[in-house]
Amino acid sequence: MTDIPLVPETTRPLPTLGSSEGLISWVASVDHKQIGIMYLISSFLFFVVGGFEALLMRTQLAQPNATFLSPEAYNQIFTMHGTTMIFLVVVPMLIGFTTYLVPLMIGARDMAFPRLNALSFWALVFGGLMLYYSFIGGGAPNAGWFSYAPLSERPYASTNGLDYWALGLLVVGVGTVAAGINTITTIWKLRAPGVTIRRLPLFVWMSLVNSFLIIGALPALNASLVMLLADRMLNAHFFAPAESGSAVLWQHFFWAFGHPEVYIMVLPAFGIISEVIPVFSRKPIFGYAFVAGSTVGIAFLSFAVWAHHMFAVGLGRPWDLIFGASSMLIAVPTGVKIFNWIATMWGGAIRFTTSMLFAASFLITFTIGGISGVTFAVVPVDWQVTDSYYVVAHMHYVLFGGTMFAVFAGAYYWFPKMTGRLLSETLGKWHFSLTFIGFNLTFFVQHFLGLMGMPRRVATYPDLPNWGLLNLTSTAGAFMLGVASLVFFWNVTASWRNGKEAGDNPWQAWTLEWATTSPPPIYNFDQVPPVKSRRPLWDLAHPENPDSRPRKPKVEQTDQ
Amino acid sequence: MFNPDSPQGLAISNLFVLTLLIAAGIFLLVAGLVVYASICYRRKPGQGEPYQNFGIPKLEVGWTVAPAVLLLGLFGVTFVGMGNADPAVEKDRAPDIIVTGYQWWWGVSYPQAGVISANEIHMPAGKRMLVRLIGGDVIHDLWIPRLGRKMDMVPGHPNEMYMQADTPGVYIGACAEYCGVQHSKMLIRAVVQTPTEYDAWLKTHSAPAPAHPDAAFALRGQQLFQQKTCISCHAINGTAANAQIGPNLTHVASRQTLAAGVLQNTPENMAAWIKNPQQIKPGSYMPNLRLTDDEIKALVAYMETLK
Repeated sequence: MTDIPLVPETTRPLPTLGSSEGLISWVASVDHKQIGIMYLISSFLFFVVGGFEALLMRTQLAQPNATFLSPEAYNQIFTMHGTTMIFLVVVPMLIGFTTYLVPLMIGARDMAFPRLNALSFWALVFGGLMLYYSFIGGGAPNAGWFSYAPLSERPYASTNGLDYWALGLLVVGVGTVAAGINTITTIWKLRAPGVTIRRLPLFVWMSLVNSFLIIGALPALNASLVMLLADRMLNAHFFAPAESGSAVLWQHFFWAFGHPEVYIMVLPAFGIISEVIPVFSRKPIFGYAFVAGSTVGIAFLSFAVWAHHMFAVGLGRPWDLIFGASSMLIAVPTGVKIFNWIATMWGGAIRFTTSMLFAASFLITFTIGGISGVTFAVVPVDWQVTDSYYVVAHMHYVLFGGTMFAVFAGAYYWFPKMTGRLLSETLGKWHFSLTFIGFNLTFFVQHFLGLMGMPRRVATYPDLPNWGLLNLTSTAGAFMLGVASLVFFWNVTASWRNGKEAGDNPWQAWTLEWATTSPPPIYNFDQVPPVKSRRPLWDLAHPENPDSRPRKPKVEQTDQ
Repeated sequence: MFNPDSPQGLAISNLFVLTLLIAAGIFLLVAGLVVYASICYRRKPGQGEPYQNFGIPKLEVGWTVAPAVLLLGLFGVTFVGMGNADPAVEKDRAPDIIVTGYQWWWGVSYPQAGVISANEIHMPAGKRMLVRLIGGDVIHDLWIPRLGRKMDMVPGHPNEMYMQADTPGVYIGACAEYCGVQHSKMLIRAVVQTPTEYDAWLKTHSAPAPAHPDAAFALRGQQLFQQKTCISCHAINGTAANAQIGPNLTHVASRQTLAAGVLQNTPENMAAWIKNPQQIKPGSYMPNLRLTDDEIKALVAYMETLK
């Protein structure tokens, strides 16, 4: 125990969970597990809000020329839906998993900076509340989640909605950067003896790469938000073409953040999949080095593809070509992962728990999103389908069919660790089936709508052949997703109270977080088991065939 | 998009079909493998731990290189496709048509013929027209799916592209870049005519409106147009009205729609639109002027003379 790097002692004792009871602990805690759970809960609550907004939108779009919502209300709601889901749901949900799991997976006591960790979380909560305060503060923002200038400038958005948007996201953004720094430092400095960089669980690898993406990309957003606020409040004109500013500049700044952001929203999900699939296939990850290495490749490339969001802007042929090429290239490392995950399942002894069901269908739904992503890199196709419902379908296949499926897989997988109780598998299978069917029903038809010429972000649409029918199908699917989320909510609340006792390691998993009790004690580990390979608990369970045994040179080197 | 009516649109359509075929192949491969593995490698009762395979580097290099080669091919096709889908614009060529996006309507002008119209683009069939796209306030985007690519109309960053339609007819399009409250009701149409019809159309539309309409009732409408605030936003060439804020109304009666594709252009709809634009298109910049029904009738009578 003494040789484990510990959090530096502070002069005053850190406020902690104490007896793990009491309201004050939820405010004052700096324990990474409690903060991680709070991240997950608050982002789930925002998910409910964002989902409700989605249902309002789908209700309005269920039939042509509907008047359920006014255009102004619709525009506010789709802006808030996008902003909420991206900044207050997907990113913090993944950070929640990171915050909870990374210290446990590397055998550490806590994050490197526990107080900073709490700051990151509360910045999320208060940034989110500031954003939502706009509804009673004169009108919600209404310029879309990427708030293109000059529509986001004062002359065209005269309520304070955009100010709340920019300020709220700035607060959230600063917290996110802090979380990135915290994660990198934790992984760099607090690994238990034997946990070398090449033995890190892949979830930790992806969190590490993700954190570098965060500190590389988020400042671009934070800076442009400050510039937008200067435009709106101090009469600057960075992005106002009427005063010699540039509308295109905002798009460059925003997407320089916005495309890495896509990977910030998906890399930790890859990490979850890379943990879940091996454990339920009873095999180690196929090609650890390729999975980890391709992640680094994605991270670098993600900074060089932003202008593929701007092919319709008219940047000129050379730029379109360069960014088309780099965007195609990024499909390669992503494809590698898909094949490695399939190869991990190949020859395994697969147990289809709810977690594994979500992980396996992730492979299919995410592939659809990935492939439709490649069609945008075929620049002329992008000229047709960009800003249409095809894009809406694509990004939901990535963010829902990809990230959210992985998040659900992770939730079923780690819930027992966090609470000591298993989620109900019966409810889980209902949740999975409804989600899978509802999701595909909602979003697959949107590909067709886009190809038929329906622009995105329209409050209503004319009664053209089949448009009404396809939209109605999509709306029906959305309500099915709503029911699925209720099932999940019910499962979580009921199982948290009365679920089956999980024990320390219900899945016979191999990484360090399963070496402690469920839920772990405040100090995480009585004793970190010896780590001689990537799967310390496999080595303990299979002394006859440990990973740490030297392998034949032809087989990949697992350990050094 | 699958039913293109221009060489540019056809190029994109073909490229998309090719991409779709490749995509379908990859998807079937991946989905097939996942389903096969899910069925064949389920845990059997009493089964122990399977063989622990840590990876086969050669295989992994294979599935890194194979997609890369495939994508290289796709990039080649993309490169060629770009030239066909959006031919390079010759230097110093003056635009045939200028389309300007405003919140939430389209200004359409023909600089060589001196025609100014709105919300519909007239084109001769089979002729490649150079269109200049201008953002009048915020960013808009001209998208007529059957005629090919869409392109943004960015204030301070004019764009140009070729547009062509091969068969006479009407092609519906819309603004594809979110532009504010009435983005969904900013429709446009390309009206494609035979070259003779098009020349005739240009000729009629380059003529100014008569200084005063003949019928007395319409004349009262013109007076109202000038006394009420209509004249502070709209222009009617040949009369005192010359404001540039709203659509030019010189030949409004010959257009197919009102309010950027929202209503069929009939006298009844025109009356309804003038009576309360905010009910038909809430948030649009045309105010409810609280005119009496008689005043509206006179105004409509005047508008109907503007063929």
